[in-house]
Amino acid sequence: MKFKTLVIVSMLLAIGLFAFAGPLKIAFVFVGPINDNGWTQAHYEGGVVAVKKAFGDKVQITYIENVPEGAPSLNVLNSLASRGFKLIYATSFGYMNQMVQSAKSHPNTIYEMCAGYKLAPNLGEYFGRMYEPRFLSGLIAGAMTKTNKIGFVAAYAIPEVIRGIDAFTLGVRAVNPKATVHVVWTYSWYDPPVEKEAALSLINSGCDVIAQHQDSPAAVQAAESKGVYAIGYDSPNMGRFGPHAYLTAPIWHWDAFYVPNVKSVLDGTWKSESYWGGMKDGVVGLAPMSKLVPDGVKKLVNAMADEIKSGDFHVFEGPIYDQNGKLRVPAGKIMSDSELLSIQWFVKGVVGKIPKK
Amino acid sequence: MSHDILTSTFAGAIRSGTPLLFATLGEILAERSGILNLGVEGMMLIGAFTGFAVSYTTSNLWLAVVAAMGAAAILASLHAFVSITLKVNQVVSGLALVFLGAGLSGFWGQRFVGIQSVSFVNVKIPLLAEIPFVGNILFNRDPLVYVGYVLAPFIWWYLYKTKYGMNLRAVGEAPGAADARGINVSLTRYIYTIMGGALAGLGGAYLSLAYTSMWVENMTAGRGWIAVVLVIFAIWDPLLAMLGAYLFGGISVLQFGLQVTQTPIPPNIMKMFPYLFTVLVMLFTSSEKMKKRFGAPSALGVPYSREEKT
Repeated sequence: MKFKTLVIVSMLLAIGLFAFAGPLKIAFVFVGPINDNGWTQAHYEGGVVAVKKAFGDKVQITYIENVPEGAPSLNVLNSLASRGFKLIYATSFGYMNQMVQSAKSHPNTIYEMCAGYKLAPNLGEYFGRMYEPRFLSGLIAGAMTKTNKIGFVAAYAIPEVIRGIDAFTLGVRAVNPKATVHVVWTYSWYDPPVEKEAALSLINSGCDVIAQHQDSPAAVQAAESKGVYAIGYDSPNMGRFGPHAYLTAPIWHWDAFYVPNVKSVLDGTWKSESYWGGMKDGVVGLAPMSKLVPDGVKKLVNAMADEIKSGDFHVFEGPIYDQNGKLRVPAGKIMSDSELLSIQWFVKGVVGKIPKK
Repeated sequence: MSHDILTSTFAGAIRSGTPLLFATLGEILAERSGILNLGVEGMMLIGAFTGFAVSYTTSNLWLAVVAAMGAAAILASLHAFVSITLKVNQVVSGLALVFLGAGLSGFWGQRFVGIQSVSFVNVKIPLLAEIPFVGNILFNRDPLVYVGYVLAPFIWWYLYKTKYGMNLRAVGEAPGAADARGINVSLTRYIYTIMGGALAGLGGAYLSLAYTSMWVENMTAGRGWIAVVLVIFAIWDPLLAMLGAYLFGGISVLQFGLQVTQTPIPPNIMKMFPYLFTVLVMLFTSSEKMKKRFGAPSALGVPYSREEKT
């Protein structure tokens, strides 16, 4: 009996080994086109391109663009899993429930979900601490403004965006306590004319630096046309739209996550976890500062970047006051990740309202 | 400062109203002839993409405008063929046009994403631009804005004061009677559906050549649908369309002015107003008596065939 069991087990093992002998089949599910100059392009370059370069024949990669979020994505995920893809990355929040469902029905496939929060034995989560480079870009904005009014064109009042505005404002006020950050909501991630109008309204009210959490370069273009400074997002390419305006941009470097993550799957050491990488991991960073930024400011920003990377400085370390002057984070205390992930209040120095739900 | 907000809101109203105006005028022409073309969004996208592609490759803005209008006109002629010659459901065909336009422009436009091209710049009109307050807002604009100023009254004049305009309206109101008078119903509908498409293309081109000098996928972001609503708001009148387009545009810009000045009116509510107005207009024109004077062209959306008249 025992011998028989041993034979069966070793046969199964052999089949298992045979199955794993081929390249690891990896699939990426993208919400937009790979050349959007923003979110999806960053995932494509840091994922598909960098992983292929790092592992060559050991991996076989496919990607699907423009996959609608929500229910329609389930078919895509399930068909990828049943076609033998062993590692599936989904790069937008709206796929989360379908990822959970698909992971449940395909226990031998590893799923990785960007910007979500649900975990399962074969489902991990990953995201980046974009607030760290946003703080650095705030330092630059605070140093460059002459009117002490800085504009921020923002998409939706969700924690990710609010956290970014807060970190940016903390940066601004660290170098220029008199400056205020004026927020305008567009209620759209991607509508260039609307983003431009939002930026123009801020500029017309006296803002001379425009920052943004939007996926198009329209705000940079508006700043260029009005002769004020701009801070981009997502991609250093936004600089092309405002050569006399663009200062820098907080950007993603997803290869710092994807390459080690794929390696852990290849090595068999992968485990389900919530990854929230920061500047020290290299997942997020500040794009090279343009020549409009004075050397003194560059030095300061680089020094602060080193402090953040070494862990000596935390962006959300108290004392932090909210918009109404109430002490939210006492001196010496650092906000926890769960507090940061659910933040729904503006720090002191922000002018603007978070719409009530 | 509040003066700045006011002038910038008015300036923004014209800027964001101009693409709506072109698309609305185009749809008025098509609907006045009896053809409902819900594909405005798709035609605007094709226009925005074609305009950008041509301006980027040739640096010739006016050539880009013509190309944008031509490309959208081709799309419209497809709708004309399907709904006039084949007599299929115009709503379905129009919706198909939306997806066709979005798909084609997205596919062809991939390599034009993330690059900047030339853009229309403001041209000051001497004397007029010197008028206090309004001069700079109205007469220091890009050339396409001026095209809009002229086009709306021209189309109004054409519709109500010329023989061709009368024929056009006759075809939309009573195609049987028009036919009996010797007007070629199909040809008339073809012409104005295609012209309507060209104007939608012009509206799209405004977005990628004047408003922002860039192309991104789906950059119309629903403006084509707003134009369809505006036609009803304007009760098929080109001059009211002008008013409506700048009003709708103004409201979309005003929300930022209000946010900047910390005025406690939620932007969501602001965005709702144009549609609320439109529903009110529809209620107002719903009675039988009002419908005759202000309502939709009687034959709107109804394919015309001579045999049915016997």
